[in-house]
Amino acid sequence: MPVSDRLLPIPTPETQHFWDGAREGELRLQRCCDCAHVYFPPRPFCPKCAHREVEVFRASGRAALYSYVINHRPAPGLKPPFAIAVVQLEEGPRMMTNIVDCEQTPEALILDMPLQVRFADQSEEIRLPVFGPCNTKEKE
Amino acid sequence: MRCAVAIVGAAETTELGKLPGISQIQLHADAALNAMKDCGLTLSDIDGIATAGESPTNLAHYLGIVPTWADGTSVGGCSFMLHVRHATAAIEAGLCETVLITHGESGRSRVGRGEFAGNRASLQGQFELPFGPIGPPTLFTMPVLRFMKEYDIRIEEVAMVAVVQREWAAMNPRASFRDPIDVDAVLNSKMIAYPFRKLMCCLVTDGGGALILTSAERAKDFPTRPVYVAGSGESIETPMVSQMEDFTSSRAFRVAGERAFASAGISHADVDHLMIYDAFAHLPLFGLEDLGFVGRGESAKFIGERNTAPGGKLPLNTNGGGLSYMHSGMYGMYALQESVRQLRGTAPAQVEGAKISFCLGVGGMFGASGAVVLSNEVL
Repeated sequence: MPVSDRLLPIPTPETQHFWDGAREGELRLQRCCDCAHVYFPPRPFCPKCAHREVEVFRASGRAALYSYVINHRPAPGLKPPFAIAVVQLEEGPRMMTNIVDCEQTPEALILDMPLQVRFADQSEEIRLPVFGPCNTKEKE
Repeated sequence: MRCAVAIVGAAETTELGKLPGISQIQLHADAALNAMKDCGLTLSDIDGIATAGESPTNLAHYLGIVPTWADGTSVGGCSFMLHVRHATAAIEAGLCETVLITHGESGRSRVGRGEFAGNRASLQGQFELPFGPIGPPTLFTMPVLRFMKEYDIRIEEVAMVAVVQREWAAMNPRASFRDPIDVDAVLNSKMIAYPFRKLMCCLVTDGGGALILTSAERAKDFPTRPVYVAGSGESIETPMVSQMEDFTSSRAFRVAGERAFASAGISHADVDHLMIYDAFAHLPLFGLEDLGFVGRGESAKFIGERNTAPGGKLPLNTNGGGLSYMHSGMYGMYALQESVRQLRGTAPAQVEGAKISFCLGVGGMFGASGAVVLSNEVL
């Protein structure tokens, strides 16, 4: 597989489950076994109550477009203009991502539009979670 | 204790702008030497140092200072506000007597500085950088569309921030950009990262600045008019803009700002002059609301009605700001320098009779904040 020119993540022991999940087509979040707080990015303890017992679970992948910019300058592995977005996951946390299968224009990118996760291959190890409009078919 | 410590020396580098003939550490030194000349001190008088961007070790060795106290707090462009706060506490505690705080940055020419290398194993490296942000113009701006939607703000109103600040810059001979602009000029400038156009982003220049602080008691013996540290605050939120608690407000601004007001024992009506670190045009909007000068969603209208413009009731970013004056990367030092000039009565666009200046800094992309209340009278 050709390796993407993007700045690709280097997983750490505490985030490995997230990137393993992405490779398997799952968006994985964590939940505190004590206070039930759902959080992101990954940590082996609850950032709300400091409890060390937490569980990994598969998120629905449903989200809404929270905010974004459309970058017009050159960026490694991406062709401008392209949107860099923050999405609000159904389970509560927000995450940075790209929006795919959608024109990269203010007219097409409407705040609060419903989105669904899909995964973009970058290398043998890394698939990035990206989001597309709910009404378009996932490109696998 | 309020006003127990004063800024007695303050200066910027001899030149600001494009300085390919000066390396970054020499910009620190140039500013430091100017600040010492400003207040009649020599290197052997300095026993405390604080800096960011360069390490205190580099600075102490380069200048030949033997410190008994050092602070290398580096949380972005507001680090110098935190240094003022920490130095004030250190002088009060008797850890040192005379503190030099320096900034120098070859932001444009990039002489004698390391290259940016994102840590791809950090949380930001794993969960933000893969999606293509290219520095502050694509990260700092991320909350703005949400902010605009929440409060029904038009892009023309955000552009107005840059227009008003250019009016202040026009009065400042050292400002990089001095020609008047209007909203159309801002909205016709090059698109950088929608909805941000070039004139809504800070410029990138080379320069530096330095401050010298000592006890209020000793400050009376200096040739310069003492500028007292009346209060201060600091806080940190997140290294990842995507993880801000609220895209319409900076928690770090709120926490640092409240602490600064409380420790100075002043109210908003007491503030004669305001600096809000403006790396991008939306920062003064967030700052005005998070500090409580206006209500939620009211800042754009407040600026549009010229309250912060020359002649307005709350003069803001009177040097022209990061948008028009200069911005090396860690702009906080220049905001502090302008507060000091205003309270000494030596600013190019002087606010008549200014007694209290509030100076708010930001670090990273809404990652940290430092706030300092300065006064030219003992409060």
